[in-house]
Amino acid sequence: MSDQLPLTPRQRQDLSTIAAMIVPASDEYKVPGADDPEIQADMLATLGRDTKQVAAALDHLARLAGMPLADLEPAARDGVVQQFRISGGVAAATLVRVVLQCYYRDDRVLRSLGLELRAPFPKGHVLPDGDWSLLDPVKARGGSLRRTP
Amino acid sequence: MKDPVDVLIIGAGASGAAVAWSLAETKMHILCLEQGGWMNPAEYPSTGRDWEAKFYGEWSSSPNVRGRPEDYPINDDNSPIKVVNYNAVGGSTVMYTAHWPRLHPSDFKVKTLDGVADDWPIDYDALTPFFEENDRMMGTSGLSGDPLSPLTHPPMPQQPLGLSGAIIAKAMNKLGWHWWPSDTTVATMDYEGRARCINLGHCTPACAQGAKASTDITYWPHAIRAGVELRTHCRVREITTDDNGMASGVVYYDKDGIEQFQPAHVVIIACNGVGTPRLLLNSASGRFPNGLANSSGLVGKNLMFHPYAQIYGYVKEPTDSNRAPPTCLWSKQWYDTDLSRGFVRGYGVQFVRGAGPVFEAVVSEQKGILPWGEDHHRVFRKLNGHRLGFSAICEDLPEEHNRVTLDPVLKDSHGIPAPKVDYTISENSRKMMEHALARGREFLETAGASDICVNSPIPWGGWHLLGTARMGTDPERSVVNEWGRTHDVKNLFIVDGSIFVTSGGVNPTSTIQALALYIADQMKQRLANLFD
Repeated sequence: MSDQLPLTPRQRQDLSTIAAMIVPASDEYKVPGADDPEIQADMLATLGRDTKQVAAALDHLARLAGMPLADLEPAARDGVVQQFRISGGVAAATLVRVVLQCYYRDDRVLRSLGLELRAPFPKGHVLPDGDWSLLDPVKARGGSLRRTP
Repeated sequence: MKDPVDVLIIGAGASGAAVAWSLAETKMHILCLEQGGWMNPAEYPSTGRDWEAKFYGEWSSSPNVRGRPEDYPINDDNSPIKVVNYNAVGGSTVMYTAHWPRLHPSDFKVKTLDGVADDWPIDYDALTPFFEENDRMMGTSGLSGDPLSPLTHPPMPQQPLGLSGAIIAKAMNKLGWHWWPSDTTVATMDYEGRARCINLGHCTPACAQGAKASTDITYWPHAIRAGVELRTHCRVREITTDDNGMASGVVYYDKDGIEQFQPAHVVIIACNGVGTPRLLLNSASGRFPNGLANSSGLVGKNLMFHPYAQIYGYVKEPTDSNRAPPTCLWSKQWYDTDLSRGFVRGYGVQFVRGAGPVFEAVVSEQKGILPWGEDHHRVFRKLNGHRLGFSAICEDLPEEHNRVTLDPVLKDSHGIPAPKVDYTISENSRKMMEHALARGREFLETAGASDICVNSPIPWGGWHLLGTARMGTDPERSVVNEWGRTHDVKNLFIVDGSIFVTSGGVNPTSTIQALALYIADQMKQRLANLFD
């Protein structure tokens, strides 16, 4: 089974650790952290074309940390992550984006944000028509197109 | 060998569809070759919960990121603005915001009015009936009577103002600045077989409802019913010529990757401002060593993008976020030249209603306004669903050093040399962008926005690909004549954005299609002596 996963156990461990540093769990907002097992499973299942960049980012992180990120003291871990954000380039940006795109489609997170748990289609959304009298001053001001010869 | 067709159109996007439909009434044998396939709306992003994530992969607006078999790579490393497009039946109308302004009459006379660039060889009036015809065919919505825009007659009412629109309108009114509901190709009522908009959100990556006009659901069904043949997954490598210097047909790769030759009496290119010069340059021969129709040396030159100066912020009130088409209002306050601003020409503005949660999180993290750690949740709730944007579409003037050439190394999946883009933003455009950002900041502050962020230029904003086979009466200074025929090859026509002489300060698709219909009409009027 583990052979079918796109990342090594060490990479998965570091991904979980850094994901929790990006988005930790919150009791106040009643949301899990991005290290939540379901969210992590979503990341691994949908990495797809991002696998190479995310793996490269995690390898870079491993080099900076010299050991599993979770094993570092908090201050050292923060320092490594700061360095990672500065030096990680496209790979680091891809990793962060993967974490956020999976986090912000999790049911518990969307519920906490007051968003519906569904695709936009076919229900769509209702938009208020609005107060079109707001256009009256523009109409009153008028104007004209630039004259052409 | 295949039987020759009367007219062969390359590309089934905005202009290819329009010209095919218009010429169909001639009953000529018309064939269109398209490198992409038919779209399946059931697979569009908004049908899935992961709709936003798809924008970063298979539904990216960048062909280099998407990398679908239908796409070709583009080397745009030497450009601050990256090319975005879509390759399918419908072309980039599958993936666009549906914002539908047209060039102004003054845009056709920039040399006369402002002493820059060149006047077009045609004027706005020549296109007026074709703008109207195109608006009916595409199905537009809007409100007639904008005092600062050309008069239009959209067959459907404008989009709702929504939450964002009301905030925008109030701020613009406080400043005394012009705004108006945008003309769009979003159907606000059932129209010609299309269902009305139900606010699925981001229109750009295709509309599962079919409310947004793309030519696969507007022009093409009519054209095909009228007898036009559309062959998909056929990528044209080159246009061939005969001993008389006339186009004789095209070499293309069919859906199985097999090389084919299709003879034709007339060839029409509709591949837009990067694809068209690429094809002409790839069609070099002994008789046309610098590329086909390139005696002027201008094929690929004068690329105009429209640098976008975008500024956005976050208001306390909720905005429409991803619950509406992204564009709803425009402003022409700064459209015309006012030299006291420090630059010539001007820009249109399209306001942005908001963004979805994933996009908001990713972009805000990149901008440094969404922190990691404990405070992440509080800040995200302040940002998400509160974004308001101001995007200036700055008129790019033609400069020959901004160009499309052939990359010496990069090739597409058929081994055809890929295009290379070299582009810099001019000093005039930079001043225009700075002016727009300052006005945008005033607007946002008046709306009560905070956390103001800037994208200038929008890096992945090369939607508008213009000017690389420009129109003109002088064969030494232009590639096509005043009715779209190349000066060098009398049975070769170009109908897409590459024939623009100048770019104006608006989204160009309406004008591109009006030009295609105009050229088709010119061809129909001249059928008896088309090659004279």
